[in-house]
Amino acid sequence: MFADRQPLSSRALRRLILEESHRAHVGHIGSALSVVDLLAALYGGAIRSKSPDDPDRDRFVMSKGHAALALYAALFLRGWMSRGELATYCGDDSSLGVHPTHHLPGIDFSTGSLGLGLSIGAGSALAARLLGKDRRTYVLLSDAECNEGATWEAAMFAGHHRLANLIAIVDVNGQQALGPTAEILNQGRMAERWASCGWTVREVDGHVPTAVREALTPSLHEPLAVLARTVSGRGVSFMERQVNWHYLPMSDEQYAIALAESEALA
Amino acid sequence: MRREFIATLCELAASDRRIMLLTADLGFSVVEPFAQAYPDRFVNVGVAEQNMIGVATGLAEAGFLPFCYSIATFATLRPYEFIRNGPVAHELPVRIVGVGGGFDYGTGGPTHHSLEDIAVMRALPGMMVVAPIDGPQTAAALECLWSAPSPIYFRLGKDSPRVAISGDHFEVARAQTLRQGTDALLISTGAMVAETIRAAEILADAGTQAMVLSVPCLAPAPLADLRAALADARAVLTVEAHQQAGGLGSLVAEVLAEARLARPFRRLAASQLGLGRGGSAAWLLEQNGLTADAIAAAAQTLLS
Repeated sequence: MFADRQPLSSRALRRLILEESHRAHVGHIGSALSVVDLLAALYGGAIRSKSPDDPDRDRFVMSKGHAALALYAALFLRGWMSRGELATYCGDDSSLGVHPTHHLPGIDFSTGSLGLGLSIGAGSALAARLLGKDRRTYVLLSDAECNEGATWEAAMFAGHHRLANLIAIVDVNGQQALGPTAEILNQGRMAERWASCGWTVREVDGHVPTAVREALTPSLHEPLAVLARTVSGRGVSFMERQVNWHYLPMSDEQYAIALAESEALA
Repeated sequence: MRREFIATLCELAASDRRIMLLTADLGFSVVEPFAQAYPDRFVNVGVAEQNMIGVATGLAEAGFLPFCYSIATFATLRPYEFIRNGPVAHELPVRIVGVGGGFDYGTGGPTHHSLEDIAVMRALPGMMVVAPIDGPQTAAALECLWSAPSPIYFRLGKDSPRVAISGDHFEVARAQTLRQGTDALLISTGAMVAETIRAAEILADAGTQAMVLSVPCLAPAPLADLRAALADARAVLTVEAHQQAGGLGSLVAEVLAEARLARPFRRLAASQLGLGRGGSAAWLLEQNGLTADAIAAAAQTLLS
């Protein structure tokens, strides 16, 4: 669709994230880098979609909306957005804000307020079942989002109704806005919690796209939770596991280092 | 109202397979006819109002018309942000059906009194806010609106009696004159209209002829009808089972101010949340100055 796009790879996603966050001088870089390999797996084949407006396409809910830049980059590499539009990120009169809006082709649901996405995904999955469609709904959550009670309302609902066409991916990077999740609201025994709600649970290294892709194979009779162990700020040494990179924009010097480190990584 | 609502929904669902009924585990002896007739399209989500709205958003995006049922305060206030970021932001036809607007759940206490719902729901752009006066108008409103593209909030009375002169009629953004009179204008909404009509009858016995205007559609507001009635009014009294801020009285005040109409004006409404003592809906209305006698007395004071 757009001639200037490159193959969808983790490296290409990281480069776009760094380029655009540097150009726009905005933060949330650590969160975006955390989900790069997850999006590479999702948009590199897991999500089946002929076009952004195909009613039978798989749905995707970016419930951790603050990593939207990674999603915009994936939409560009998928061919659903021009490089020029991607370059409007965080500009005035742009549809590409820090959090995604459904007005943009390829964004199925607007998100940004944590805790809403899984329930929308559950409704979307229930709708597909009622309509006899074989489409699936993928929801990408943050581990901090599991602080939200509504996430568990939706988890219980999906488990009870055995929504096997619903796949949740939890970006378990152990970081949240003000520090490590272990110190703020412990997310231990995450696998047991999802399993107790009636989900099939798979734990995976969230930075190995092929492994993530394999883990995303739906369960036959239950919703599937893929707990992806990730590192916030993945690929940039001074950003990894650093809470301040939830917020900070990069200086020119930091940008040069980040780009070089990111390119050296697979 | 709630039984007429479900009966009408059952009729509509027979010819429209998009209609679904979701409940957050409420509606004993009310929702069963739908659940029995359409088991595939009835979902009790459990006591989880936020999830109910999120699920409805996902269903509506796929083309369904989900009706989300609960007690009015639980249906609106608990999942308010989900309503805003779900059906409102996505402009999807989710219907929120709140039962027991005002003090209808009397002895249930303040947690069950829905006194802020009109204010918060009419603040949402594109949200239709509907408060029928009785069962027949509930059915008429649902028959008028069931397939509308916008999200809708239905504020229903629990067991509100039939208002003989309702006319079983509903139109979007229209008010209804239920009684003529030139001495004062009484404006009310929902089940409080019945009490307001009784107040007008008390006033008539004392020689004061009050016009009664019913506002069953609060958003989009019946601006033209309100302006016309207000322009002719000598004094204006609004009556609602709702907090004073943001409800019908606020709406009328906005219209008065924007139309530069200076009129003697008073808003009768709930004045607090819980009194430390509870009682029946009738007792609570009395405590809040919302009985026919109190309305009539307030109108007389305004005119004197």
